[in-house]
Amino acid sequence: MKGVRHYPGFLGIAVACLVVLYAPLVVVTIYSFNDSPSITTWGGFSWRWYADVFTGPEAERFGAAAWNSVTIAVLAATASTAIAVAAALAMIRGGRFRGKSATYALINLPLLVPEIVTAVATLIFFSAIGLTTGYLTILIAHITFCIPFAYLPIAARLSGIEEVYEQAARDLYATRAQAFRLVLLPLLMPGVISGYLLAFIISLDDFIITNFVKGAGMETLPTAIFGSVKQGIKPNIMAISTLMLAVSVLFVSLSYLVNRIGQKTRA
Amino acid sequence: MAGAPLPPPAGGTGWKGLTIPLLIPAWAVVGIFMLLPVLLMVVYSFLTKEFRGGVVWDFTLAAYDQFFLNRGLFGDEPPVIEWTYISIFWRSIWQAALATLACLLVGFPTAWFIATRPAAQRTVWLFLITIPYWVNLLIRTVSLKFLIRENGPLNDSLMSLGLITDPLPLVNTNLAVQLGLFYSYLPFMVLPVYAAVERYNFALSEAAADLYAGRWTILREIVLPVVRPGIVAGCILVFVPSLGAFLAPDLLGGAKTYMIGSLIDEQFRGSQGNWPFGAAVSVVLMTMVLLVLLWQARAAARGARG
Repeated sequence: MKGVRHYPGFLGIAVACLVVLYAPLVVVTIYSFNDSPSITTWGGFSWRWYADVFTGPEAERFGAAAWNSVTIAVLAATASTAIAVAAALAMIRGGRFRGKSATYALINLPLLVPEIVTAVATLIFFSAIGLTTGYLTILIAHITFCIPFAYLPIAARLSGIEEVYEQAARDLYATRAQAFRLVLLPLLMPGVISGYLLAFIISLDDFIITNFVKGAGMETLPTAIFGSVKQGIKPNIMAISTLMLAVSVLFVSLSYLVNRIGQKTRA
Repeated sequence: MAGAPLPPPAGGTGWKGLTIPLLIPAWAVVGIFMLLPVLLMVVYSFLTKEFRGGVVWDFTLAAYDQFFLNRGLFGDEPPVIEWTYISIFWRSIWQAALATLACLLVGFPTAWFIATRPAAQRTVWLFLITIPYWVNLLIRTVSLKFLIRENGPLNDSLMSLGLITDPLPLVNTNLAVQLGLFYSYLPFMVLPVYAAVERYNFALSEAAADLYAGRWTILREIVLPVVRPGIVAGCILVFVPSLGAFLAPDLLGGAKTYMIGSLIDEQFRGSQGNWPFGAAVSVVLMTMVLLVLLWQARAAARGARG
């Protein structure tokens, strides 16, 4: 009986939901190709603002900010994924131990505390220990709040992998390291990649915490964009936004692909 | 190969002995750079404000006093309740609650609709909902501002359609902040509700329909109680970040749309700031959020038992 699944109006609301989510992004994408320097009138299609992003007067500033953003995201995602893999092995394969639920709460703490509170706490901590704000403080803060985002997909994948594969390898005299590298890690890979991608994008996106701990003179892409937007939305900002949008779409697609492959090799 | 073969390892995967060493990095990083800073923030909220933004290590309740009590201009009058900051909190709670309700009213039907599609269509819909979830929140908020600003595309198209004669002054209003929160966190509602509806057993609805229950009765009496955990999860995922939101009120709102996030942010800007007060406001916000989460955990535990 199809009737109980159908509710009148739900299709309309679902479509409206997509329109609300996409209208601003689509409009900004369209206007990023606007030839006119005014953001209100349409002056024909052009790539000029994309050229402006890479060669214009603000190119150096945005280039440096983008470099900081990407290198911090790569380092933070790598470190937090490694920490998350180790923690997931202990939490899922380590049996019962004292303080297990406290450890679980600790790992997820960055998700439970509002972002602005984390930002305040981190700023206070770094200033109290006298660590001069800048690249290192941003990196440390990013590694910390990326851990739960990396942990969740890795732990989910690991709890779906039965222990028999490793046990079989161990019975055949594989060392613990060999069983991990040759048997468990390949099975765990979809979770590791999902966790890495999520941590990477979370780091790349972060504005609030970065804005608090960055200090003067240090910019990431979101803080640089925020600084520019304060003086009004200019066409080059729309071009940068569209580029970042494209990166996000690429990452979601990658993550979907990895999950698809992961489901086929489901242990 | 010489020698007798090694005895095969007795079962297990060999991780049990490594539990503690494997957890040390996570404990150290989150403990030192997250838990310790939060505790230090609580300590700072009891310190004395330094002249140029910073603190003096003298313990005092001044920050909380400033938050809750008004002792007159010179601090010598009998204390009465100070409403300035309480009303900022109240407005933030109200805004976050309205945003949560709006997200639920749009998110539930959307999640239901997606969950009742054939598998192939479902993947496409989920993909479309997930993309905004991954797009930079700053860029999404700026895009929304671009769309709804006074001479923006929304007002232009409404005017050319003849629906309005003058542009709607949306930006710098409470409504814009509301719309911003709704727009920011809508995917956070759809995804957990979808996960709950996907597991819903439609035979329950069919049984009720066979007993002549109407569509909306079934939704209210059977579907909603069953998918409640997903709805509660979605509401928390919208409410908590809305409460501490900074970007939506800062970019879309004006002076009259001050929320907790802006109040905290201001305390750490330059020499006008007041670190102990900012820490105290953060402590109040964090306490409220932890109470909400505790309430949810208890409700979930009760739901699992009953």
